Parts: sequence; C-alpha cells; structure tokens
Amino acid sequence: MIEWINEILPNVVNKVPELIKSLNQTLYLLGISGSISFVFGSILGIILTVTKKGNIYENKFIYIILDKIINIFRSIPFIILLASLIPLTRAIVGTAIGTKGAILPLIFGTVPFFSRQIESALAELDSGLIEAAQAMGTSSMGIIFRVYLKESIPGIVRATTITFVSLIGLTAMAGAIGGGGLGDFAIRYGHQRNQIDVTYVTVIILLIIVMIVQSLGNIIIKKTTH
Amino acid sequence: MIEIKNVSKTFLSEGKILEAVKDVSLHIKPKEVFGIIGFSGAGKSTLVRCINLLERPSHGSIIVDGQDITSLSPKELHKARKNIGMIFQHFNLMKSRNVFQNIAYPLKGRGQNKNEIKEKVNALLKLVELEDKAKAYPSQLSGGQKQRVAIARALATDPKVLLCDEATSALDPQTTLSILKLLKQVNKQLGITIVIITHEMAVIKEVCNRVAVMENGKIAEEGEVFQVFSSPRQEVTKGFIDTTSVLHKIYDLIETSSPVVQLKPGEKILKLKYLEKKASEALISIISRDFNIDCNIIFGSIEIIGDAPLGGLVIIVSGKSGDIEDAINYLESKNVEVEVLDID
Repeated sequence: MIEWINEILPNVVNKVPELIKSLNQTLYLLGISGSISFVFGSILGIILTVTKKGNIYENKFIYIILDKIINIFRSIPFIILLASLIPLTRAIVGTAIGTKGAILPLIFGTVPFFSRQIESALAELDSGLIEAAQAMGTSSMGIIFRVYLKESIPGIVRATTITFVSLIGLTAMAGAIGGGGLGDFAIRYGHQRNQIDVTYVTVIILLIIVMIVQSLGNIIIKKTTH
Repeated sequence: MIEIKNVSKTFLSEGKILEAVKDVSLHIKPKEVFGIIGFSGAGKSTLVRCINLLERPSHGSIIVDGQDITSLSPKELHKARKNIGMIFQHFNLMKSRNVFQNIAYPLKGRGQNKNEIKEKVNALLKLVELEDKAKAYPSQLSGGQKQRVAIARALATDPKVLLCDEATSALDPQTTLSILKLLKQVNKQLGITIVIITHEMAVIKEVCNRVAVMENGKIAEEGEVFQVFSSPRQEVTKGFIDTTSVLHKIYDLIETSSPVVQLKPGEKILKLKYLEKKASEALISIISRDFNIDCNIIFGSIEIIGDAPLGGLVIIVSGKSGDIEDAINYLESKNVEVEVLDID
C-alpha cells in the first residue's frame, strides 16, 4: 500500500506536513475573508435593494454611487486588484504579503460580487409581501429583517454557496503575493518544479472542499424552501 | 368609521401625470360592508390603498376611527395600521412561514407572551376553519385556504376595519362565495367594518350594504346596494348590471329574429323591471286575472340583493290592446318599469 502510494505520488509523500499547513492556510483565508465578506456583502446588497426606486428607503443618490462602485470593483481582474491594493493593505493590516496580507484583497474581490448576488436574491421577493407587511404595521427595519432576509434565506444561501466557491478560486490566486494556501503550494511544486502529482492532489482537495460547501448549501436550501 | 375627504392621488410615470383618484369623498359607517366597484383602471385599488396609506394621497385627508391617518408620524402610522387589516388578490402570505407563523406574524413585538399568541392564533384558525392546517406551508394550500389564512392574519391584531383589495378575484366562483360568507360572518360576529374592492358585481350583491361605483378616478354613484342597482343613474352602473342580468339578451333575440320572439297578432313583448322591493306581490297573476290577458314568461332574472328581490322578467302578453294598456298602467303604478319592445 505504502509502496503504491510512493509510486503514484512520489512528490506528495514527503510534503505532507507542508500540504496540511497549506490546507490550513486556505481554510484560514476562506474563514476570515469569507465571513467578513458575508457581513459586508450582505449589508451592501441590502442597501442596494432598499434604496432602489420604489423601495422602502428609496434614495437615488446612495443607490447610484454604490451601484457604480460595485461595478468598478467587479470589473478589475483579481490579480490586478491584489497588486493595486498593496499600499492600502499595508496601511490597514501592517503587511502586504503572506496570508495576512491576502485577506484584504480577498475581501475586496468578494464583496462586490456577493453584494450583487444578495441584491438579486432579495429582488426575487414578491413585492406583495412587503406591501402586506407594511399594511400590518411592520416598520421599515422590520421589513428588512422579518421579510427580506427571512423570506429570502434559500436565495441568500444559494448566493453564499456560489460566492464561496469563487472565493476558493481567489484564495488559490492569493499565492501570487505569497499568501500561502493550496494554490501557492500547487504553483510552487506542481507548476514550477513540474511535480504533477502535487497539482493533482491539491486539485482533488479543492474539489472536495467545493463539494462539501455545495452540498451543505443544497441541504440548507432544501430545508428552508417550502 | 372611515372618512375620505377630497382625496386625490396623482402618479408621475414616465413624465406623464396620471390622476388615479380625483377628489373623492366617501363616508363609510361603522360595522357596514361597503363595496367599491369599478372596471380595471378606475382607481378603486388606489383609493383603498390610500385608507391605510400604502399610497399617500396627493391631496385630502383620511380619517379612520377618529384619527387623521395622513398626519401621523411613521411610528404612529405603524400603530394605526394594526387597526386596519388588509387582504389582497394574491394573498401575500410569507412562503417561508407556515400557517401558524403567518397568522402570528403581526402579533410579534407587541409584548404578548408565547401562550397568549398561541391562544389567539388557534382562535383565529378556528374562525377560518383551518385548525388542521396550522403546520402547513402556503404552497400546500389551495387559493381559498390561502385567503382564509390571510383573513386570519389580518384579524390577528383585532382591527376595526378590514380592507379587501380584489380579495376574491383570483378565486373560482364557489370559493369566492365561501370567502364572502366568511367575510359576512366576520362582519356580523366581530363587528368589523369591511371595505371591499372588486370588479365583480356578484361580490357586491352577495355581501355589501352600500356601494360606490367608480369610474375614471371618481365616484360615479353611491348608495344602498339595492337602490344603486335597481335604479342606476350612470352608464357605468348599468354596464355592471348587464354583466349579471340576462334581461338585455332579449335585444339580441329580437335582432336575430329568434323563434322565441315570433309574435302572433295581438301579442306584445314586455320587459319588466322591478324598481322597488315589491317583487313579492303576485303582479303577474294580478294582471292576468284582473285585465284578462295571457302572460307567457319567456325568461327572467331575479336575484336577492340586500334581502330584496331585484331584476325583472320578459313576458309575451296577449289580449285586447286596451286591456294590455291598462295592465301596463297598473304595473307602472306598482313601480315596475315596463318597456314595450318593438318587433319589426
């Protein structure tokens, strides 16, 4: 058995501790930047929704500004965003390299995408429900929490899953600034040293993470859709 | 209970000004079922949505239960709205909540504890006869059941007024009747003032005490249901009556020279319409006996509206022309509108 593994994964077997370290870094990046992005993206998505024309906090000015900013950030390729954010990252985090330095660019890369996803999830809500809630004397804040968010849980979960999967892709790119993680690992050994088995193993691990996230999302969606 | 004073509502859409409601004033009395009927685009929905300020009137004021709704702060308005229940054409139930949670929705945040809420919701479920559906989700309910849940939800805060915005328009006739029956019961049992918006004449006939007919953003006429529909003064009202009465079909029959209306010499076709609540008198027997004429009823349409029969008959009479004259005069003296139809 061991011989067989040695044979097909000659380069991975002697890097297991490093592989685990990379996996931890990836999970760390996903956890931190994912949860921060979730909070900010949700807030921005909600603001986009409620300030839209005809909605409860209709505000043309805020909507247009936010809409444009999100569009601008969404159109910047992540690899360029990584580089251009270096001064800001250094000012906020203290360092622009390593795993810590990758978190801010990841958030900047994820939040605009996620807020758009949230916006479209919330837009699916039947406007009749908002009317009914208003008619029952629900305040505008109550409508955000008790109607928009509560009624859109399946859509929000779907948006979260999609975003999370794309965030996994971004963390792999963060390797470019020494952000560590599985992507970095794959590039350093699999690509630069032409150790193909390393690439395969990292791809499989990433695939497993994606599948876990996806099925978790599907379970929650199924449970919350009636 | 509801005082609508000179209310106008204008919308600005694509640079054009649209006057949906034009200077409407209405007084809706406590505990009555008031209907507002109009064809689509008449402004009736906008008007009813002004009552709980889902639409803010451009001009005028709305007083509900002694409180000027248009002058309230947002917080006061939220409170006032708990006093005005509303149901909708498409029910607007929350999909992620089951029947119990939907009905409990307006009860949250009012300082009631769980048991009180449970008790209230169960009582409402009993009222709308859905006790066995507490755990069901809206997607598992039929249209009629959904509207029952919506009614229970609207009644949860013990409102004094219930607004029904085309509440039966998405339902089949039978379900419509059962919902209207429930509304009637709610009105009688709980003494709630009900305002019903509809484009269906049958709905008005079934439950309303008084009615306003709306056209082009204005009230065309208003009054007791029987009064308005027995002697309509406006074309639009007549149009609504035609939607349920078959009497006007006689004109088509005459036009197509149907065998039904082929007359023998000495016969005449009369269209009779009851203008007063007197159809219980044996008028046909009386004219037949006292004026010595034969009456052949071709068809008729008589409905009970507000506890009185409304409608008319189309009859062929035969006899001496003098006797027919006398019979017509007699009928007219009994407040029956008589129209002698020409056959060419």
